[in-house]
Amino acid sequence: MPNSGFSVLLSVNNMRRLMIGLGGTLEIALLSVAISVVAGLFYGLLMTSKNRVIYGICRVYLEAFRIVPMLVWLFLLFFGSAIAFGTNLDGFFVSVVAFSMWGTAEMGDIVRGSLISIPQHQRQSGEALGLSFWQTQRFIIIPQALRRIAPSAINLITRMVKTTSLVVFVGVTEILRVGKQIIEFNMMTNPMASFWIYGFIFAAYFMVCYPISKLSKKLEAKWSY
Amino acid sequence: MTMSTGAAEREYILEIEGLKKSYGDMAVLDGINLGIESGEAVVAIGPSGCGKTTLLKCVNGLETHQEGTIKIDGREIGADGFDWRQARQKIGMVFQSYDLFPHMTVMGNILLGPMQVQKRKREEVTEQADALLDRVGLADRKNDFPRQLSGGQKQRIAIVRALCMNPDIMLFDEVTASLDPEMVREVLDVMLGLARQGMTMLIVTHEMEFAKAVADRVLFMDGGIIAEEGSAREFFEKPTTERAQRFLNTFYFE
Repeated sequence: MPNSGFSVLLSVNNMRRLMIGLGGTLEIALLSVAISVVAGLFYGLLMTSKNRVIYGICRVYLEAFRIVPMLVWLFLLFFGSAIAFGTNLDGFFVSVVAFSMWGTAEMGDIVRGSLISIPQHQRQSGEALGLSFWQTQRFIIIPQALRRIAPSAINLITRMVKTTSLVVFVGVTEILRVGKQIIEFNMMTNPMASFWIYGFIFAAYFMVCYPISKLSKKLEAKWSY
Repeated sequence: MTMSTGAAEREYILEIEGLKKSYGDMAVLDGINLGIESGEAVVAIGPSGCGKTTLLKCVNGLETHQEGTIKIDGREIGADGFDWRQARQKIGMVFQSYDLFPHMTVMGNILLGPMQVQKRKREEVTEQADALLDRVGLADRKNDFPRQLSGGQKQRIAIVRALCMNPDIMLFDEVTASLDPEMVREVLDVMLGLARQGMTMLIVTHEMEFAKAVADRVLFMDGGIIAEEGSAREFFEKPTTERAQRFLNTFYFE
């Protein structure tokens, strides 16, 4: 029987390890996304501030994460913290912090954009009815802003999930790292292993991200008015 | 909802004295004096930029003024203990650009103010809303979203939304200006009906025939002041100031 190399995926042990790796990826992604969405809402509200100093600081923070590659941030936090505090921070912890900081910046910009896109007339109509500032926000501005946030926020989430593959460089056990180990272990006996393992990782990312982007389409249709 | 006015007493719902407002050096309102009695329909007309819309916005606090006083039901705007949220419940305002809340149904739009601001019961407001919707001919649209309605329908809903707060006075800011011509009539008819029932109204409009029909009194504004004032009949047939004559002439074609 010609060895197609597929057998590498049939090994229970390999499969178990890949799944644990996928779990690591998802754990970092989910934690960072959750933190980013909540913190990003407040950060976005802060960014609509008319105070120039507050806005300026927010802007610098956002640009810092836009301009500097994520990998550099990971290294900066991982090795920087070691030099600064003399302790080795856990790679998992550093990854969640770095991804949350990035996600918060991007999410905040999305929130800011959608808040300022609500026409001024909507606020005036609310006030003319006697609604207070916070009632106007709660019943009129935020519900409309949320609907506009959804598509770009979900786009950001899928980007975050994909970018977590970088955490392999700070020593976190995630799916890509596990895959490489399996490939290297089977290098001699199964030269086709890399094809099947990377194929599996491709499929795994697809299975995670596709439903998320599908959800975005669904929400868009449901919330259009 | 007819309001009985005693023969002797002059009961002003809205009283404005020496109102001035300017943006930088440009005076938009330059000394406005105006009293509107209960049940009166007053129409303000004049060239664009004459301060009509700013006047309305000052009355319900969307703009602040620099000099003079505005009293609503005898209470002065901005005085100690003056509560805007309470005052705005007495002032219904309808804008040029309808401004229904697009994420709520027609009924949701109407219920928001009465339930959240006035803390009234849903059943009671719904009953009133149903009656008002029926009156403007839109009883069957209460579960629709604003996007499903025509401009004229949206504007009628905006009027119902304001009316449901049971205001003492209604302000209309060029409510037909952004409507297609064939929809203007349905909105003006609703307003005419309100005036006939004795609603106190201050209307800014460019519809001269409508102004003639609805107004108890016409204010001609120009350059931030009330340049001429009189009954609709007096004003349209024999305007006394030259500026008013010139303005009215722009509406006639040979």
